[in-house]
Order: sequence, then C-alpha cells, then structure tokens
Amino acid sequence: MTWPYEVLRAPWSARTWRATSHLVIGGLVAIVAAGTILALCAAVLTTAISIVVIPVGLFALLPCVRWFTAVQRSRFEAFLDVRIPPVPAYEGRTALHRLFAEARAPRTRRQIGFHLLSLLLETGGAGVTVLVWSAGFVLTTSFVYGEGLPAAFGVQPLPERSVHGWPLTGTNALTAMTVLGVALLYVAPWVARGLAGLDAAAAEALLGPNRAEELTHQVETLSESRAAVLAAADAERRRIERDLHDGLQQRLVSLAMNLGMTRSMFPDLPAPALAAIAEHHEEAKQALTELRDFVRGLHPAVLNDRGLDAALTGIAARSPLPVRLRVELPERPAPAVEAVAYFVVSEALANAAKHAKATAAEVTADHDGEKIHLVIRDDGVGGAHPDGGTGLRGLAQRVASVDGTLHIDSPPGGPTQIIVELPCASS
Amino acid sequence: MRVVLAEDSVLLREGLVRLLERGGFEVAAAVGDAGTLLRAVEEQMPDVVVTDVRMPPGHTDEGLRAALVIRRQWPKVGVLVLSQYVEEHYAADLLSTEAGGVGYLLKDRVADVADFLDGLRRVAGGGTVLDPEVVAQLLVRHRSDPLDRLTPREMEVLALMAEGRSNSGIAAALVVSESAVAKHINSIFAKLDLAAADSDHRRVLAVLRFLKV
Repeated sequence: MTWPYEVLRAPWSARTWRATSHLVIGGLVAIVAAGTILALCAAVLTTAISIVVIPVGLFALLPCVRWFTAVQRSRFEAFLDVRIPPVPAYEGRTALHRLFAEARAPRTRRQIGFHLLSLLLETGGAGVTVLVWSAGFVLTTSFVYGEGLPAAFGVQPLPERSVHGWPLTGTNALTAMTVLGVALLYVAPWVARGLAGLDAAAAEALLGPNRAEELTHQVETLSESRAAVLAAADAERRRIERDLHDGLQQRLVSLAMNLGMTRSMFPDLPAPALAAIAEHHEEAKQALTELRDFVRGLHPAVLNDRGLDAALTGIAARSPLPVRLRVELPERPAPAVEAVAYFVVSEALANAAKHAKATAAEVTADHDGEKIHLVIRDDGVGGAHPDGGTGLRGLAQRVASVDGTLHIDSPPGGPTQIIVELPCASS
Repeated sequence: MRVVLAEDSVLLREGLVRLLERGGFEVAAAVGDAGTLLRAVEEQMPDVVVTDVRMPPGHTDEGLRAALVIRRQWPKVGVLVLSQYVEEHYAADLLSTEAGGVGYLLKDRVADVADFLDGLRRVAGGGTVLDPEVVAQLLVRHRSDPLDRLTPREMEVLALMAEGRSNSGIAAALVVSESAVAKHINSIFAKLDLAAADSDHRRVLAVLRFLKV
C-alpha cells in the first residue's frame, strides 16, 4: 500500500525531477540534432547534381547521426537509467565501403527517424511539461500575486475579470485557482514521467537494434564462444597427449626394455622363471601398444606436426584392410577441422574392418576451393546407420560442431560410402 | 663398436646405455640435446649414432636435423633415429643420400632387445633398417599399378626388403627357405622393372626409390 504515498510524494520525488530534466535537456538537444540533420540532408539533396556530393554529404551526415545517437544514449542512461545497446561498427574493406554499408543499414535510417521525431517528442514534450509545471506554480501562488506581491515588485495586479469573464480576484477565485494549481502540480509529475517514458520507448525502438539485428549479434557471439570452446578442448587433448608421452610412455618403454634385457641376462634360470619373465615382457609390450593406440585416438602428435596427409597415411597403414589413399589439400585447414577429419577417417575405417566385413577401402580428401571433401568408401556389407551404435552419431555431431555435413550412403549389401564436407577454416 | 646416444628422457637414456653395453657396444657418449650430440660425434667419431627425433629446446625435429647433418658431414657414421611416431617424409630425408648406414625405428622397438641390437649392428655395418610401420605407410602411398601386379607373398617380401633385412632375415621372418626368398625377389624386381642390385643396401634403395621415397 505504498501508492498513496507515491502519489503524494510525486512532485518532489527524484524520478519526477529526472524525468523533467531529461525532457527539458532533451528538448534542447533535439532542436540541435534535428536541425543539423535536416540542414545536412537539405544541403546534400539540393546540391546532389554531381555524384561526388553524395559521398561527401554522407561523410558529414553519418558521423553527425552517430554522434547525436551517442549523446542521446548517454543522456537516456544518465537520466532515466535506460541502457540502449550501442551501434556496432560496420564492416568494409575501406572507409568508403564502411560508409556505404552504414548508409544502407536500416539502423541508420531508424536513428535519423528518431532524431527527427525527437523534435516532436522531446521538444514538444518539454514544452508541455514545462507548461504544466509553470501553470501549476503560477496558479498555486495566485494568492501571492493576486493580492499584494505584484505591487511590491512593480507588477500589475490581476484584473478583476479575465477575458472570458471569469472572476480573477476575490477569495473564491483565488482559492479555485490555488486548488487548480495544486492539482496541476500533482498531475505534472505523471505528465513528465509519461512523456519521458514515451521518449524512452521511442529511443529503444529506433536507436537500439531491432530483433533481426539482435539475433545476428547473438549468433556472432555464440559462434565466437563455440570456436573458443572447441579450441580449448583440442588444446586440452594435446596437453594430455604430451604429458602422457613425456611421462608414462617413456616409463613404459623403459620397463619393457628392462624386461627384455632381463630376459636375455639370465638364460640359465629354471624354465618356469624364464617363462614368467617372458610373459611379463610381452605384457609390458602390449601395454605400450595399447597406450600408444590410446594416445593416437586422443590426439595424434603427427597430426599436429605434419598435418592430415601424414596422419591419414598412418591410419591407412595401420588399418587391417588394404586402403587406397589420396590426399590433395593445398594448405592445412584449421586445427579443429583437421582433428574432425582425422577422427572421421579413423572411425570409418575401424567400422569397415569391424562391422562391414570389408576387404578393401578407399579414402580421398580434396578441396574444391571453398570446402574440403572427404570420402571413405568400403566394399563391405553396408547397412551402416547413425543409430546403429557404431559411433556414427558421434561422428555426425563432431562434424556438425565445425559446421560440416556428414552423409552416409550405405544400402544393405553394400558398398558403404561416407561423404563429409568441411569448411577450410573454423568459423 | 662405439656408439653415441642422444635421448632427452633421463630414464630412457640410462636404460639404453645399459642395453647397449650389454649388447656389446661401447657407449662413447650419452647426451640430451642436438647441439651436444654433434659436438660429441665430432670428438668421438663413433661407428654409429642412436638419436631421438624430438629433443630440446624446441621438441620438434632437432634430433632428425642433427642426424641429417651427421649423414652429410660424416658419411661413415651410421645413424639410427628413434621416433615417437614414424612418418614417411622423415624416412625420405634420411634416405636421401646414397650412403648406407641409416635406420628409422619407432621408439617402442627397443622393447624387443635382440631385434633392436640386431638392427643397430646392421646400421653400424652400413645396412638399412626401416620400421615396418614406415614401410606400410610407403606401401599405402603407392597402392596402384604396378604394385598390384605383385602377389600377396611378394608384397610381404617387398615390405621386409624395404625394412632392410637380408635374404636370410626375410626367410626367417616368413619361415621359408632362402632360395624361395631369392626367387620372390627376382620376380619382384622383374615385375617392377627394377635392375637387380648387388648389395643389400642398394637393393633397399632400389625398392624405396621405386616407392618414390
């Protein structure tokens, strides 16, 4: 139940005065802004006989628009706590390109619209508000000048009757005027706040981004953060690979080597002992192989150091199937894209060997100027499907994470073909 | 036989020193980076060098580049390169000169002590040793005519030849007689239009050149 106090307090509250000052100052700013913009537009239009004048005019007009928008934005923030997102920079190779991009942008037109409209909203609004306040003050203090005060100041006292025949002197009239004045003083805050609110709404709609621009901005922000997340994940995997190599792998190689030496050092041990040592030697070698395979699955060092060509040759060489490989990539794509391509080929070949009972496979990687094409073909029994639990769904997701596409062509009976398109750079 | 060893992991370096000494090699120097390696080779003039590819300070291919320098400057010194992964371009670089005595193995291979020492002796003696994975990668590259003319058995013999093994080594690996191996090799050379080579190393080079290393 605070609203009665709100109403009673209104003429003195900070909000009211902020709103009023906002409108008054806004009125002045609006005159300058609208006046300048109209003058520049008129100048450009009337002298636009030659094509040169238009860019020159734009060079003068657009910075003004930008500057006035900035002034208005800071004013709205200072007085009304209304934050309007700033205008993003326009893209273009040269200043002239950027200028034309800005001239064409709908946001620029909306800004100009606001500055012209502000003449009505702010200057007009300021006028109305000032009028209401003034009328309120004047009428409330009508007793003061109605009777004695004017004489003290040398101002003429009120006439007996107004032009319309209303009585202007006499206690009844003055009381009525005072009451009216007080009422106006209580109405004025709402007038001020209302007009300021209207102004703010117009500013948000016209100076700020519209829905399409907001969404575009969000998409850009999301793209950047996604790229950052992917890069961080790759970097983490590389770090783990390096740590494993420097630490665990060296130790296992050393262990396997020592066991091998032990095997040959004591040939005269009883057979069970020799057998035990031999068994442990083999286990150590097996552990080494498994660790190496794991590290390759995580992030193969050769991919980092030498690129897709070398890494894919490695996979093809290690595959139990004979693999025909052709890699024609003029330059190395972004690391995230390389990693995805590597894992797709690795997984596809593993599937071909494990599930498709294939006898041969072919992998080609080439480039058509914009995108990288990756095709993995095998002569197996086909029937590959993303939901078949063969890891193809995960592959599709990884491909999508770098804005690529994955297409599986695998009729029952075979052959199977996996076609992947990847951008050259990550977004 | 005198060997200089370069390996930046202390654990592995000490283990390798023990391995080499047990294998009958004299370890003239054991260093941890490429610069020290070159100085050690110059001072010690060993029969063979064993080096890792990745070494400080950059941990990229310092060891490989040092190996190439050694090959150029001291062709009589054999070089065996150990690597975390094998990559055919590295192999190509190492084999680019006619001089023998070069090897390129996955680091894991040291776990097979006897084979490793065998390979090292081959390299010290002027032969060639290539990791089977590198050979597999080379074969992947060139899966086309006229390699398609080879039978599966001949492909196996070709791979073992590219690894640098002698006829007897191939025969042992495939569990066949040496004369059978010799017949396969003749057939391979005929199908690939290669001139018959005299020494093992030249033979390997012929095969590798055919595979366009």
